[in-house]
Amino acid sequence: MCLGIPAQIVSIIDAGAPSAMISVGGVQRAVNIACIVDEAHTAQQCLGDWVLVHAGFAMARIDADEAARTLAMLAELGEMQAELDAMREGAGSST
Amino acid sequence: MKYVDEFRDPVTARAVIEGIAVLADRIMRTRTRPLQVMEVCGGHTHAIFRFGLTELLPGTIEFVHGPGCPVCVLPMGVVDDCVSIAMRPEVILTTFGDAMRVPGSRTSLLGARAAGADVRMVYSPLDALALARANPARQVVFFGIGFETTMPATALTVQQAAREGIANFSLFCNHITIVPTLRAVLDAPGMQIDGFLGPGHVSMVIGSAPYRFIARHYRKPLVIAGFEPLDVLQSLWMLLAQIDAGRCEIENQYARVAEHDGNATALAAMSAVFEPRESCEWRGLGSIERSGVRMRGRYATWDAERRFALARRRIADPAACRCGEVLTGAIKPWQCSLFGKACTPATPLGALMVSSEGACAAYIQYARRDDPAQPAA
Repeated sequence: MCLGIPAQIVSIIDAGAPSAMISVGGVQRAVNIACIVDEAHTAQQCLGDWVLVHAGFAMARIDADEAARTLAMLAELGEMQAELDAMREGAGSST
Repeated sequence: MKYVDEFRDPVTARAVIEGIAVLADRIMRTRTRPLQVMEVCGGHTHAIFRFGLTELLPGTIEFVHGPGCPVCVLPMGVVDDCVSIAMRPEVILTTFGDAMRVPGSRTSLLGARAAGADVRMVYSPLDALALARANPARQVVFFGIGFETTMPATALTVQQAAREGIANFSLFCNHITIVPTLRAVLDAPGMQIDGFLGPGHVSMVIGSAPYRFIARHYRKPLVIAGFEPLDVLQSLWMLLAQIDAGRCEIENQYARVAEHDGNATALAAMSAVFEPRESCEWRGLGSIERSGVRMRGRYATWDAERRFALARRRIADPAACRCGEVLTGAIKPWQCSLFGKACTPATPLGALMVSSEGACAAYIQYARRDDPAQPAA
């Protein structure tokens, strides 16, 4: 729960919400990006950013090396698949 | 040093391990009891076990696995209240996967689902909000747990529900906060912890200033740590350097993610939606003043506690459970008579057996070799 998962922003869905589509490990989903957007870094500028995602919210921008290392560590901890499955199932699967 | 070659930058890792050994040796010349270092976050606990870090370190350093696993510390009374909400026919109860297995006094949310309740795992509170939009005739309740890492997600979701006027969504708020929790650990009788590895992702949200009281009032050092094995080792090295020099400071090894001031947007949403409860019940630790939050009056419409008039039941922990003593470092998991017998990962009785981030579950999963007194698991 506290580790989150790194992912890359592949498109901006709504600069107002603000929300974006992220991609990681073959899974894409919409996340809220309010916590990484400000006047100095607008929603549109987030395209291509690597971010740390917690519970559907991008919480911090990280660099690509950091993202790669964190993904490798999550795989090692055995938490990668569960996180991806949870993201994929999305809105309220009952399994 | 089985794992070191697999670490990022094994050369640095070896140098850090050597540095830790030198410092520990020097510190131990003027004391007899081992150095106790509490890693506050369950993510660190998991990493320490998975990467066998204790096996790389001098025997004079003991990790005390802290209370930072929010799933582990959920009290049974809260689970019972949540089950009672879930059993109502109009309700779709949603929560993170981790929360589904936590036992209440009679059953867990998984058990409630087997008994016919509509309980669904979601990845994000935003998914619960989407369910509310899609099911206007049902009451969709999100069971929100966790420290400041997950609190911004919940707070921002409640604000979005308010903005959109989604009245059939509500939050059963059981978030907890790190600072009162650390204060309770520091005030525990017999506490002998020498320093703390601070939680990386809680700190990403709250920054490093809230920890200053630990250095100022309790004279203990804290180093905010990342989650890779090398991060944990480097943080430990920084901590020992402080202890060796007689310094007590709040340092940040994880500055690449956790900034000094935290995340302004997240903090603003949290303080708009939540306020401290006078007191909050923990599994294994009893009641801790102002350690939990509830929803402010202006968000009463989205507060499940008000909507379903909950009693906030209190259920005592099983009498033989010694989770509290494990959490404060007074005993090791295997010194509890229930450990691995009545209390196992499949049938957890105590808080620390519930999640893979709990100290007891980690001891079982990774059958520690450095504790000769531990019975083979």
